[in-house]
Amino acid sequence: MERVRYMSIDVDARGLACPQPVIGVKKALDSIAEGTITAIVDNSVAKENVIKFATANNCGVSVSQQGDHYYIKITKGKAVPTEQTFKQPQTSNGKLVYLISQDTLGHGSAELGGVLMKSFMFTLLERDPRPDVIMFINAGVKLTVEGSPVLEHLSQLSSHGTQVLSCGTCLDFYGLKDKLAVGSVTNMFTIVDELSSAAKAVTL
Amino acid sequence: MLCQLPKPTDPNLLVGIETADDAGVYKLDDNIALIQTVDFFTPIVDNPYLFGQIAAANSLSDVYAMGAKPLTVMNIVAFPNSKLDGQVLLKILEGGCAKVMEAGAVVVGGHTVDDDEPKYGLSVTGICHPDKVLTNANAKPGDALILTKPIGTGVLATAARADMFPDGSAAAAQSMAKLNRKAAEVMACFPVNACTDVTGFGLLGHIYEMASGSKVNIKIAANAVPLLPEAAEAAKMGLVPAGAYANRGYLSTVEFAQAVPENIRDLCYDPQTSGGLLISIPADRAASLLDVLHKAGVIEAAVIGEITTHGKGEIYVY
Repeated sequence: MERVRYMSIDVDARGLACPQPVIGVKKALDSIAEGTITAIVDNSVAKENVIKFATANNCGVSVSQQGDHYYIKITKGKAVPTEQTFKQPQTSNGKLVYLISQDTLGHGSAELGGVLMKSFMFTLLERDPRPDVIMFINAGVKLTVEGSPVLEHLSQLSSHGTQVLSCGTCLDFYGLKDKLAVGSVTNMFTIVDELSSAAKAVTL
Repeated sequence: MLCQLPKPTDPNLLVGIETADDAGVYKLDDNIALIQTVDFFTPIVDNPYLFGQIAAANSLSDVYAMGAKPLTVMNIVAFPNSKLDGQVLLKILEGGCAKVMEAGAVVVGGHTVDDDEPKYGLSVTGICHPDKVLTNANAKPGDALILTKPIGTGVLATAARADMFPDGSAAAAQSMAKLNRKAAEVMACFPVNACTDVTGFGLLGHIYEMASGSKVNIKIAANAVPLLPEAAEAAKMGLVPAGAYANRGYLSTVEFAQAVPENIRDLCYDPQTSGGLLISIPADRAASLLDVLHKAGVIEAAVIGEITTHGKGEIYVY
C-alpha cells in the first residue's frame, strides 16, 4: 500500500497576531488529506489558539518549546504511519452525531411523541458523553425554533459545546428561517459529511 | 496608573476615578448629578455605518450603566484623510448620529485629528438624580445577577477577521449596535442595588469589579450565560482574542467547576464591545425584572448567577 497522500508542511506564524496563525494552520490542514503540519509561533496566545483549532478538528497535537518559539506538531488523519495505522484503518473523526428528522419521537400518538422527545433531549443533556453534533432535518427543525418545547435543553447542550445544526432548506420550507432560536443553519453537504465521518451516528 | 495622579477633593464629586466605575458623577445640586464618560476605538467591523453605530452604542452604554439618561454627546474622530475616502467618515458619523438620536440625545460638536488608523467614539454627558446613581460597588448577598446581552463579541470579531462563522459575526455586530437604553429604562423601575456594563474586561472581569467593589462573593451558572450564535464553536476553534487570555491572567479569584468546558471559560473572559448591562437585584425581584425586560424587547436577558456572601470578590463558575 502506498501512502502517497501523506504530506508534511511547515507553517511559520512567528510575528503574526491572532487570528493569523490559526488561519495559516487552517489553510495548511485544508490542503492535505492527511499528514503532519508543524506550526511555529512566538507567543502563548497563538500557541493556545492553534492547539484549540487542531484539537477541535480532531488532530493529534504535541508541543515543544525552543527559546521563545513554540513548535506545534499537528497530525491529521491516520497518525504518523505506525503498525497501528494498518490494524485500524478508519477515517472516523471520533464524533457522536445525532440526525433528527421529526419533531416527535416514535410512531403513534403525537402527544406522547412530544413528551418522549422532551424526555429524550433532557436525557441527552444529562448523559456523558454529550453528543458532538445534533442535526435537524424535515419536521425536526421545528425543535430548534422559537416556541420549541425542547429549546431550553438544546440551548444548554449548545452551551456545553454540542453543535446544533438545522437544515436550511427545511427551515425555508416550513417558513421558519427567521425563527431559528438555537444553533446555526447547515446544508446537505455538512449533514452528509458529519454522518459519514462520525464515530457513531444515530438517526431518529 | 490613574492612582498616581493627584486625588480630587471636591465634595460634589460622587464617583471619581478610584472605584473603576463606568462614568464620573458630579453633583450639581440636590436634584441633578452630571454623568460623564468617553470611549473611542478602532473599527471592529468592516461596514463604516455599522462601526459608527457600535462605537456610539458602546459609549452611551456607560451612562445607562450608571442609571442615567444621556443628554449631549461630542464626536471624537481620528481619520486618515490622505488614505481613505471622506465618504467613509461620513458613514461612520451617520451611524453614530443614528444611535445618538435613538438614545434621545443630541450631538453638540466634536473633534477630528488626522491619524493613520480610523478611530471613533463619543464623549457623553448625561444626568441622573444624585440619589439614584447606580454604581458597581453596592451588590448585596442575596442578590441575583442579570445579564442583558449575550457574550462572545470578541471571539466573533476574531472569527470575522478569519472569514469564519459569518452568521455568528453578523449576529455579534447587531448585538453590539444595540443600545442598552431599554434595559436601563426598565431597570430604573426596580430596586436595583448595583449595575455595570460588560466591556473590555470580559464578563468575569466586570463581575470581579462588582464583587471586589461590593466586597461580596459571586456564583455564576455557566450554562445560564447567554451566548451569541456560533460563539461557542468559534472559541473551540481557537478564535480567541489575546484580550481574553490577558483577562484570564489578571483574574486570580476565579474558580471553575471541572465540568465547565474550556471554550465556555474562554467566552467568560472574552473582551466585549458594547456588551449588556450586568444588574444586581434582590433575588425575589429578579423574576419580575426579567419578565419586564423580555416584554420590553431585551429578549436575551437572563439570570446568570447570585451574590452569595460578603467576601473578598471570589467568583465560582459552575
